[in-house]
Amino acid sequence: MSALTSLDRPNSYIGRSVPRPNAKRLLAGRGRYVTDIVLPRMLHVAYVRSPYAHARIVSIDAQAARDMPGVKLVATGQDLARLCTPWVGTMEHFKGMKSPPQLPLPIDKVVWSGQAVVAVVADTRALAEDAAEAVSIEFEELPAVIDIDAAREPGSAVISPELGNNLCFHGKIDTGGVDDVFASAAYIVEEEFRFGRHTAVTLEPRAIVADYDASEPRLTVHHATQTPYQFQDIYSRHYGIPESCVRVIAPDIGGSFGMKLHMYHEDMAVVGLSIMLGRPVKFVADRVESFVSDIHARDHRVRARMAADADGTILAMDVEDVTAIGAFSAYPRTSVVEGNQVYRLMGAPYRFRNYRADLQVVFQNKVQMSQYRAVGHPIACAVTERLVDMIAEKAARDVFEIRSRNLIADDAYPCTSPTGYQFEALSHHACLAKLRQMMDYDRLRAEQAELRTRGIHRGIGIATFVEITNPGPAFYGVGGARISSQDGAIIKITPSGDVRCLISVTELGQGTETIIGQIVAEHLGVDRDRIKVITGDTETTPHGGATYACRGAGIGGETALQAARKLKENVLSVAAAILQEAPANLDIQNGWIVEAATLQQRIELSEIARIVYFRSDTLPPGTQAQLSVAHHYAPQGYPFAFTNGVQGCHLELDVETGTVNILKSWVVEDCGRIINPLLVDEQIRGGVVQGLGAAFFEECVYGDNGQLTNGSLADYLVPMAVEMPDIEIAHVETLTFDTQLGAKGVGEAGTAAASAAALNAVNDAMAPFGGSIAQLPMTPARILKALGHI
Amino acid sequence: MNELVNVSMTVNGSQVSRSIAPRDTLADFLRQSLELTGTHTGCEMGVCGACLVVVDGRVVHSCLMFAVQAGGSVIETVEGMTERAAIADLQEAFHQRNALQCGFCTAGMLMTAYSLLSQPGIPTRAEIRDALSGNYCRCTGYEAIVDAIENVARLRNAALPERTREEASA
Repeated sequence: MSALTSLDRPNSYIGRSVPRPNAKRLLAGRGRYVTDIVLPRMLHVAYVRSPYAHARIVSIDAQAARDMPGVKLVATGQDLARLCTPWVGTMEHFKGMKSPPQLPLPIDKVVWSGQAVVAVVADTRALAEDAAEAVSIEFEELPAVIDIDAAREPGSAVISPELGNNLCFHGKIDTGGVDDVFASAAYIVEEEFRFGRHTAVTLEPRAIVADYDASEPRLTVHHATQTPYQFQDIYSRHYGIPESCVRVIAPDIGGSFGMKLHMYHEDMAVVGLSIMLGRPVKFVADRVESFVSDIHARDHRVRARMAADADGTILAMDVEDVTAIGAFSAYPRTSVVEGNQVYRLMGAPYRFRNYRADLQVVFQNKVQMSQYRAVGHPIACAVTERLVDMIAEKAARDVFEIRSRNLIADDAYPCTSPTGYQFEALSHHACLAKLRQMMDYDRLRAEQAELRTRGIHRGIGIATFVEITNPGPAFYGVGGARISSQDGAIIKITPSGDVRCLISVTELGQGTETIIGQIVAEHLGVDRDRIKVITGDTETTPHGGATYACRGAGIGGETALQAARKLKENVLSVAAAILQEAPANLDIQNGWIVEAATLQQRIELSEIARIVYFRSDTLPPGTQAQLSVAHHYAPQGYPFAFTNGVQGCHLELDVETGTVNILKSWVVEDCGRIINPLLVDEQIRGGVVQGLGAAFFEECVYGDNGQLTNGSLADYLVPMAVEMPDIEIAHVETLTFDTQLGAKGVGEAGTAAASAAALNAVNDAMAPFGGSIAQLPMTPARILKALGHI
Repeated sequence: MNELVNVSMTVNGSQVSRSIAPRDTLADFLRQSLELTGTHTGCEMGVCGACLVVVDGRVVHSCLMFAVQAGGSVIETVEGMTERAAIADLQEAFHQRNALQCGFCTAGMLMTAYSLLSQPGIPTRAEIRDALSGNYCRCTGYEAIVDAIENVARLRNAALPERTREEASA
């Protein structure tokens, strides 16, 4: 019989794999997504989009469309500009950053192919699309700026002439001493990496229903977003509606991954159209519209060098990253964050101190690029980890050994990276050792050697990573963006003794409501079945950051923990008055007030609630029971809670066809306190598969004229079940002491290093042929080229 | 194009008749005319599997079929299957294994699983992955879905009388 663990205490839910209460509804087909929402008198919008990547709008003739059946409104950029103030996607802490002002629909020129130009509102979407066909727009095509080098050449066409050139941001980091290190290093490796543009491809496309009622006035927006408070603020400020009159509701969301927290022109226009019509207006992007208007991500060319001494100790990195972001920087989070994280996360797991990097963020005539899951991490990780493998090869060291030699020691914390990131405590060596054991690495290597003699080419790749989680105000707030890093919760006990927790972190299917319920149940002392967690409505929940950048568990969870403890104090205070006992002698377990020392049940929580709500006359004079609390928590201490981990990838390469069969993936991850292992592991698995998608399949392919050539799910390849491996996961738990909960984020971990491990594995498989590859996705054609076969 | 036509079919056991536009897809008809929003559309070109429903006993993409083509057919959606508890074990296994996150692909996944497990025997993991090759899920990474379906296959097989079980595995 095993000893009792902390999980054997009553109401011990933190650390327990429990399923999600809200998933049953989704399984029964009773989800309520924005796509499903129908309001009385609701109209539908379709957009006429630009066929050109860069063109002047000469004229718009919409009369024929206005005469079409069911059409209620045809609106242009000019019409919406009368209602909506422009926005600019810059942040002050990115010094010298620039971006042009944007409006819902353009007035004089289009800057990417697929940009919405005219809005047609009709009784049904089909009628709106019919009428959109009848809108005639005369364009004068301008030279399209596509290539990142051409965009920066003197004399290049400038997309926004008022900005002077096509450079959005130029950043530099230099610790000094890099040239000297490279001059005397025993080994120098260098590579030019290319990372294709890819996109989120959420299964539910973007969807929004705006409903403006001028009589109050009142704007209600049903919005498939992860950040309702941010949009409440944006709609209020840009449309001049008092914030208290703007309500944003985010119901069930069919996937987001960072894509649904940016300002989209079509979405902003929908609000204006509803104001113009005084009726609800709905927009649901179809799949083609998603490809040409959802944010894209990555799109980096990185030239990087690494220096090491004769025994393989890494000494320095020198990096140049050029990334292209479309014609402007996204709002309100900007399009510099990814590049910023790329050049600050380079080499983060390792001990070396000399680092130099140059980041150029370039405008071009493509759809906007901005934050998507694991922002910047996969780029920094793939570049670093491939260079580490190249050093290993030169120094004749095994890939595990080279990392053991260079990773920051597990007892060296706290410490700071060369780029200024402060690490509280990481566990690279513990993770690496665990991975080696899980993979049965020595056996895999022996098998690889044996199979090579039979013409079967398997590759083994590993990649360590550092992940940014629990961002404080240093992330957005300091740059002037009105994006909160704090969260708020209201917890109340109902007259029946049930518990309702209204909290600002949002549910995207990752399990926010479940873990918040677990935390409240444990810290209040009630059964989790009695707790209802409510999220995603600015009308009922306190203002907060919601869900982005891996903050839900670490910051939202801590908010819930502190709120629950505060409520418990209130409950015990009134219970003590009723029982004529000192509060310190009481506790709550299983919904009962118990003697703290003996756990003997004294009075049920439901009975306390009954007395407080209905028989306050029986309480001692002066007692004012507070069975609801509102509590906010803003992260303090470290600016970010960094996590770490390591991934392994095993695959088989068909050297004749260039196709890759991924055999297995492994992840060892340290996200601090694990609240629900089931949900954490599934976050990691989903993340790994997104990373493998980027590694092998996903790329937005543009023609020279700026046309997206594969904007459908038949042409843009996403990872499907049949190509994906089983993924084995293990954990190391290094708590953060910045919070009582000790949890950090885990949402980016899978994506952060999966493509890097795959890149190293493919190169490992190709090693006998002398080829190498440094471009993602690693398509069969690129692999065959690397092998010299084509 | 917008002239309405009458169409009748059996949906989730009930006879329904509506006047619809000939260009309405079966998916739009189910979602908009009948308010059966458990069926989703993700790509509207038969790739993602979010719109799968059962038409006359076969699992089909409701986005690739016009509603008028389904006149006289017998249709079943996730709502109908849930009501008659036809996939209760699959739903329970998906829940316990957390084989869904956002839930947008889930109805389609359940349809594919329903169809796969209507065949005798216990499919291998590779066979389950192959059967799911037309169902896109961006959240889970698929493994939990494969696990859940595999678990149900085993449970169903174990519940069979011994002789049937042998035949099924033969």
